[in-house]
Amino acid sequence: MHGCLRSDETVGSRAQERKVEVVADQGFDKDALTKTIHEGIDAVNQARNSKELQAARTTYVGRDSMIAHVQHSLGSLPIDQRKQAGQLLGQLRAEFGRAYGAKNEQVKAAEEERRLRDEKVDVTLPVDRHPLGARHPLSALMEDIQDFFVSMGWTISEGPEIDSEWYDFDALNFGPDHPARQMQDTFYVKGDQAKDAAGFVGSNMVLRTQTSSDQVRGLIQRGVPLYMACTGKVFRTDELDATHTPVFHQCEALAVDKGLTMSDLKGTLDALAVAMFGPEAHTRLRPSYFPFTEPSAEMDLWFPDKKGGAGWIEWGGCGMVHPNVLRSAGLDPDEYTGFAFGVGVERALLLRHDINDMHDLVEGDVRFSKQFAMGE
Amino acid sequence: MPMVDIDWLKEHVETPADLTVEQLSQDLVKVGLETETIHRSSVSGPLVVGKIIDHTPEPQKNGKTINWCHIDVGDKYNDTDAQGKKVPRGIICGAPNVRTGMLAVVALPGAELPGGFKISVRKTYGHVSEGMCCSEAEIGLSDAHSGIIDLEKQGFSAEEVQEIKPGDDAIHLLHMDVPILEINITPDRGYAFSYRGVAREYHHSTGEPYTDPVLSLNRRVPEVKPGHMGDVPAAIEDNNPIHGKIGCDHYYLRVVRGFDPSASTPNWMRRRLVRAGVRPHSLAVDVTNYVMLDLGQPMHAYDLDKVAPPIIVRRAAEGEKMTTLDGVERTLSHEDLVISDSPDGKRGSRILGLAGDMGGQYGEITADTKNILIETAHFDPVTIARTARRHKLPTEASHRFERGTDTQMQAAAAQDAIEYLTRYGQGTASDNPTNIDTTTAPKAITFKTDWVKRLANLDCTPDQIASILTDIGCDVAGGGNGSFSVTPPTWRPDLNIPADLVEEVARIIGYDKIPVEIPKAPVKNTGLTLNQKRGRRVTDTLAQSGLVETISYPFVGQADFDAFRIDPSAISSELVEITNPLAGDRPYMRTHVLYTLALTAQRNIRRGMENVQIYEIGHSFKARPNAPVIPALPGAKKPTDEQLKVLEEGLPDQPLQAAGLLTGNAVNPGWYKDSRPIDWSDAIAHVNRIAGVLGAHLTVTALDDAKNLPSDFVSASWHPGRTAIFSAADGTYVGVAGELHPQVNKNLGFPEHSAAFEIDLTALFATLDTKPLKAKILSTFPPVREDLAFTVDESVTAAQLVAAIQEGAGSDLESVHLFDVYRGADLGDGKKSLAFSVVYRSAAKTLRASDAKQIRSRVVASAAKLGAVLRV
Repeated sequence: MHGCLRSDETVGSRAQERKVEVVADQGFDKDALTKTIHEGIDAVNQARNSKELQAARTTYVGRDSMIAHVQHSLGSLPIDQRKQAGQLLGQLRAEFGRAYGAKNEQVKAAEEERRLRDEKVDVTLPVDRHPLGARHPLSALMEDIQDFFVSMGWTISEGPEIDSEWYDFDALNFGPDHPARQMQDTFYVKGDQAKDAAGFVGSNMVLRTQTSSDQVRGLIQRGVPLYMACTGKVFRTDELDATHTPVFHQCEALAVDKGLTMSDLKGTLDALAVAMFGPEAHTRLRPSYFPFTEPSAEMDLWFPDKKGGAGWIEWGGCGMVHPNVLRSAGLDPDEYTGFAFGVGVERALLLRHDINDMHDLVEGDVRFSKQFAMGE
Repeated sequence: MPMVDIDWLKEHVETPADLTVEQLSQDLVKVGLETETIHRSSVSGPLVVGKIIDHTPEPQKNGKTINWCHIDVGDKYNDTDAQGKKVPRGIICGAPNVRTGMLAVVALPGAELPGGFKISVRKTYGHVSEGMCCSEAEIGLSDAHSGIIDLEKQGFSAEEVQEIKPGDDAIHLLHMDVPILEINITPDRGYAFSYRGVAREYHHSTGEPYTDPVLSLNRRVPEVKPGHMGDVPAAIEDNNPIHGKIGCDHYYLRVVRGFDPSASTPNWMRRRLVRAGVRPHSLAVDVTNYVMLDLGQPMHAYDLDKVAPPIIVRRAAEGEKMTTLDGVERTLSHEDLVISDSPDGKRGSRILGLAGDMGGQYGEITADTKNILIETAHFDPVTIARTARRHKLPTEASHRFERGTDTQMQAAAAQDAIEYLTRYGQGTASDNPTNIDTTTAPKAITFKTDWVKRLANLDCTPDQIASILTDIGCDVAGGGNGSFSVTPPTWRPDLNIPADLVEEVARIIGYDKIPVEIPKAPVKNTGLTLNQKRGRRVTDTLAQSGLVETISYPFVGQADFDAFRIDPSAISSELVEITNPLAGDRPYMRTHVLYTLALTAQRNIRRGMENVQIYEIGHSFKARPNAPVIPALPGAKKPTDEQLKVLEEGLPDQPLQAAGLLTGNAVNPGWYKDSRPIDWSDAIAHVNRIAGVLGAHLTVTALDDAKNLPSDFVSASWHPGRTAIFSAADGTYVGVAGELHPQVNKNLGFPEHSAAFEIDLTALFATLDTKPLKAKILSTFPPVREDLAFTVDESVTAAQLVAAIQEGAGSDLESVHLFDVYRGADLGDGKKSLAFSVVYRSAAKTLRASDAKQIRSRVVASAAKLGAVLRV
């Protein structure tokens, strides 16, 4: 129906455009209006951007357009014509609106596409205004070790770095004249007020030579059953070289309970080895001697990634807690047994990351830590 | 540590014919004798004997004299002259001990010496040198590098030297082609400091038949009762026993007369000594060394004719002097045990030696000694250890005595020595020894056999246990009630308690036979403590904020005090000093982590790093004034509560600190063009962020206004006007941040305006809540925002003004944010404008314009107390 009407009314409308406005109060030239709107639709379709599109809309359906004028003067038409005219106006507006809507979408899309094209940047430009720092791999590894023990339900202690000789030696069954006491290459704290058991004047304080120094403190302060790991710095008078450093880090593990045996020691060691070095890692024990354990053992680690082929690597010392250590904490060795072991954190780190020189761990060169970012 | 030569080991235990040193190493490791290293020559030939035909000294401009030598290296290696005749090689040698006719060790072109040093023909000092005469160090025999090897002085007998010909393979001649095992002996296994002990351990590991050499020697020993005085009378007169133990409880003397002082040591013995690292001397001395290495009993040989009996073993008088064999005069302590004799009837008046450690210069064997007195003894380990420690004089003898030697081997060891002396040096042994023996038999241990299961979780029968303990030398009796009475052998002073015996049983069965189990910890631990978690948050935050974590040695010294403008006398009472520092110039423990962190920063900057921004979390150390003196307490006994308290309170304060050091750019130059250098604000921002992640509410005070600085705080290290002091809500000092003093930056070689911070984490954590935070109710009424700018005097701080705004606004203030600081002529001199954006929001109602106006007028009134005027 629309199509019929349009084809009828199109004829001669362009020529009478002006006339439509002037004769509005006596009826109007429907053909001229239709033609004008169709011209407007052409203009919409030809618009190249939203500006031209807006202009076409203003011209053909805006406040000052022919259709607006007609609309305005509809009231002066006789009733019978008014309805018909209203229908026509509605049709024409709808027709224009559809064309406008379609074109508007098209133009907007094109314009957005252009803007996005214009906004293109070089995303490879460096954007590191605030670069990440880095953790030292030693501290990060110590946290990993702590987490291992926490996962087994153990508690983590730290203990003081300067400690009494009693906690570092005597409580651990290093008698005042024990050869091992000299073997340890101890840093002594200067003092002139205290006398040790051998009568030497000093402070009776040392830079702890081992994290085992926290064993008896742990037993006394925390009580039994005790499952405790102590991580931290220890000190020995070794000059810095490729494999030694006077300040290094250890992790000590101590479990005291009823019924613990060397089997529990071996199981815990194996689990730690796996946590640190992967599923193939395990440990073996060799008889050895430490004043604070009996039986005592050296622990070797089976290291699949050892240079030159998988093999055993010495990793730390361990054993069953010596009865005298339990007595130092006021415990009855006939009632309680326990095991303890200590591992070197530096050694584990050197192994894990194929680091050849201890200097890298102690010098604090930022390039070293940055390799590990937040911890590997 | 001891060397183990397979050839020597075979004297006491059978070994497979094809035993390699690697296999030996594994066998010994299994029972607890650790391998130190396998010594293997890294020299490859040709390394040959060369006879020096002539040598021409040629002085050089540098004052050195080198020798142009012609050396006969055997026809195979000699040069050929134009006539086809073999002629010696020309070799340049700079050693001072070159002499014509000398038999030297020559590395020829093609040889490779330790360290990959390849020998080739080379032009030097105007000659073509075709090889090199070697020192012991150059071929890895020892550290000796004072001259080239003189083969006549290498322990070969005259007949053997006759046999050595130019061109002989020196690698074989010097036994460099036979590897040797060096083992480590743990302090409990003194007996393994001998072939007797190592052979026994090899037997335990492999089951190969072992013969204790002491058993057969004992059969040949002349029998005398304890206390018998022989040819040379002696007495033990100890007036100062340590721990109530007499210094010498077994003293034994034997005499050999008519000894031939010119007799030489047989080559086999000399070679074994050399390979064990002991320099051959004379037959008498070599024999005492050999028997010590073989049996583990140190012994001393005196020239009998010089000794005036009786011999007195006594403590030295305090301050008494003697000169030891090494030529050092030593002032003795009342604890040193000495061997003395009695010239002119003055009993014990002349010191012959420092017992168990080193002989003196009088009474020694010389090249004329014909009558020899052999001394074997058992000394108290503590006495000897203290003497060796006191005089810094560890010797082969002291190593053995301080670990504990066999209390009953003295006669056998003397017998062994005497048999060698008489066999190779003629002479006659006297059968009238002196034997003072006050030792007591080792105590029997009551051993419940289920202890093996209880500690080692090994299932073994009482028979198995008894047989193992018998094999290691124990006397095992009883067995009823599951309990043995076990008496350890005299060479195992380390076996004292049941756990010691469990170790023996377990190591002989094998630690690898112990089953593996994982213990179940009771559920009572709750993971990391609150402070441990907080520590992790701090370190992660700093690293995420761009700082690199480092770890430094905590030692400081004068140079660090100078760099940080510290007057050490002001903090000396708090300094913890090390008695035996590694570096003499850094003998103190750091009082602040920042001081050693600065050294790390310095090292990075010297290596060409820019924008060094690093942190360290670690302990610092501060002696407590009036700290109680830490007592020496015995082990194996729990101290009293009072003593335990002193053990803690006597220690220095050791707070955990986080320190940061910031140099270079805060933001690097880049295409975004907002780069800027580090300044004080960056340091403060880091501390604020730490406070933020911990939920700590810290107040900031200017350094010169701070009233809570700790005694060890050094204001001179910091920029007086660009340093902030952080305090907890209760007023506790918890940290500092700002620019270092310009002079400190200069001293350390840091860029100007480099900044730093230090947070006392121990103090900070102590101020934090341990309870979960109580959440506030959120108001859903709309906010009112407005901007307020105040003109104030320069002396008014931002913090003061913020506090005034908060006070004035009261509970309806939601937030206040400073967004501009402005200074200009329009404000007048000494004035500034601070602009704030504030948000008001009520918990109870929607704020109307009139409400906001009221709040604002309260704010303005409150700010006015600071002299602040609202700009309109």
